[in-house]
Amino acid sequence: MSILVDKSTRVVVQGLTGREGTFHAKACAEYGTKIVGGVTPGKGGTTHEGWPIFNTVQEAVDKTGADASVIFVPPPFAADAIMEAADAEIELIVCITEGIPTLDMVRAWEYLQNRRSRLIGPNCPGIISPGKCKIGIMPARIHLEGSVGIVSRSGTLTYEAVYQLTTRGIGQSTAIGIGGDPIIGTNFLDALELFNKDPQTEVVVMIGEIGGNAEETAAEYVKSRMKKPVVGFIAGQTAPPGRRMGHAGAIISGGKGTAAEKIKAMEAAGIRVARSPADIGETVVAAMGVGAKA
Amino acid sequence: MKIHEYQAKAILKKYGVPVPRGEMAETREQVEAAARKLFDAGASGVVVKAQIHAGGRGKGGGVKIAKSVDEAVELGSKILGMTLVTHQTGPEGRVVRRLLIEETLPIEKELYLGIVIDRVEAKPVFMASAAGGMEIEQVAAENPDAILKEYIEPGMGLEAFQARKLAFKLGLKPSQINEAVRLMTGLFRAFQGTDSSLVEINPFVSCSDGRLFALDAKINFDDNALFRHPDLRELRDITEEDPLEVEASKYSLNYIKLDGNVGCMVNGAGLAMATMDIIKYAGGMPANFLDVGGGANAEQVTHAFEILLSDKNVKAVLINIFGGILRVDTLATGVVEAAQKTHIQLPIVLRLEGTNVEAGREILKQSGLNFIVAETMKDAAEKVVAAAAN
Repeated sequence: MSILVDKSTRVVVQGLTGREGTFHAKACAEYGTKIVGGVTPGKGGTTHEGWPIFNTVQEAVDKTGADASVIFVPPPFAADAIMEAADAEIELIVCITEGIPTLDMVRAWEYLQNRRSRLIGPNCPGIISPGKCKIGIMPARIHLEGSVGIVSRSGTLTYEAVYQLTTRGIGQSTAIGIGGDPIIGTNFLDALELFNKDPQTEVVVMIGEIGGNAEETAAEYVKSRMKKPVVGFIAGQTAPPGRRMGHAGAIISGGKGTAAEKIKAMEAAGIRVARSPADIGETVVAAMGVGAKA
Repeated sequence: MKIHEYQAKAILKKYGVPVPRGEMAETREQVEAAARKLFDAGASGVVVKAQIHAGGRGKGGGVKIAKSVDEAVELGSKILGMTLVTHQTGPEGRVVRRLLIEETLPIEKELYLGIVIDRVEAKPVFMASAAGGMEIEQVAAENPDAILKEYIEPGMGLEAFQARKLAFKLGLKPSQINEAVRLMTGLFRAFQGTDSSLVEINPFVSCSDGRLFALDAKINFDDNALFRHPDLRELRDITEEDPLEVEASKYSLNYIKLDGNVGCMVNGAGLAMATMDIIKYAGGMPANFLDVGGGANAEQVTHAFEILLSDKNVKAVLINIFGGILRVDTLATGVVEAAQKTHIQLPIVLRLEGTNVEAGREILKQSGLNFIVAETMKDAAEKVVAAAAN
């Protein structure tokens, strides 16, 4: 199983002809992802690296049967690209673009309500179901197919967690980076619900950071509904208040959104929280009840 | 991006939000001229307000009332150039370079208005409270019901009925309601029109003669939206920012100076925060947060390195890179160039993983420079903390 993406997922790349789009589309295709074409307005009818290019997402869907899209378009146009994909009834939209104005995302988020599309991101590394499908910018080689689901607000910290698991011989069902922005399409709660239902997933790792209260909301769900063990980590335990730590969403404001509060809520919900980022792998091992292999 | 109160008030005025009469002053002469103008126009007093990008100015002694032009000049001369320490500036404080000279008003009630993006609802929320003037965060924590909220439907503004609801609940008089609606809807248009992430009026005052004013004003812009507001970008005051942070922003590097002695360079905000955390767990203190981002090139890495090293507190450097988009060989090239260019004497601990890691390690080996290589984050943190202690 795995969640959201597998071997049958057909992906159109919005912004395929750009530098980033080209580089990562090729890497995804090499991994085995079915990249079926690209969208670049004005370049429809041409081909790029062997892929057909369309002017609109609708046209790409009609011609290729794409059911997922990945967005690499620049920030001023990215919210529009999300809405265009939703209009074409793309089931899964993965927006990698960093730096989208928040009020643009307010509009796009509203547009997605009562439509059938799910958005992952923006400002995220994407999603990978190891051995099946990779839609995003994560380094493929660190992943291993297995039974641990990972959901994280941070890109490179997700890689770190994956790496700690893989070097211990523990594989992953699906790893999702949900993004570091204040407004995102898929949050911790959504991902936990999906992992809860997925037969391949046995343990879930949830990697949060300071700012907002999405981790607290997810912890409430874990407490009442989650059937599988959950391991957590919160980045920014030493972050000063009032400073935006890189991610637009990572800020402690008005004394809210601190790591201490989040860890407390998570532990109260029975989540095993690794205090040090170096202990994420070991904590998963403990949660699985198996010995470490490395 | 933060701006000064006087700049925020100029923006609000454009959107029809009433603000007290006043002028910005940078010199004793300008203070005198501004105060004289206000007294000549019938003001019974003037407020001399320090303009820095931090709250708590009143408590810190940066806001004073003068009853005459002479008194205004005297107070203004004292505040200009002083180092103002408030709970938001840190112990080092901020030097006051500008003042706002404003008329005093017959204040009857101090209220609060604020607009932010609500992450859960994914829409702007307009907040109001009758408990203005004091620490609104304290009010929110102790008595959340004292904060009134109206959510803004995307694509629409604050509607008149929403503003009316708030105005009546704030206890304003029937004769003040229309003016309050005009002010509040104008305030939201200012938020939307400038792509702000925060607009805060604390206090929003009701005067004994019934007039309403934004007595203070705080506006933060959404950095991601500044590309479409070249006029707002002009309002940036880099003297209010840490010089190293300003330098970093030139190269699209995300740098925040902290108090420790372990410099760190990391890719990705989450991993950068986690690296700070693990340094602390290993018994050290991070000197900074530095995210070189996903797509950094060798030149950016070189600049990042220079910025790190110009913090004299730094005794050792930890480079923790998990290459995804940022390829490890690119990073290694930048580090070697920077190390050679800056003739660095400090110990550097490197922990590299990810795309092209073998090529990256080879570049470091070939450079002949004396790097300390670490295998894991924990190993790296322990090595760098030990190096910084020597």
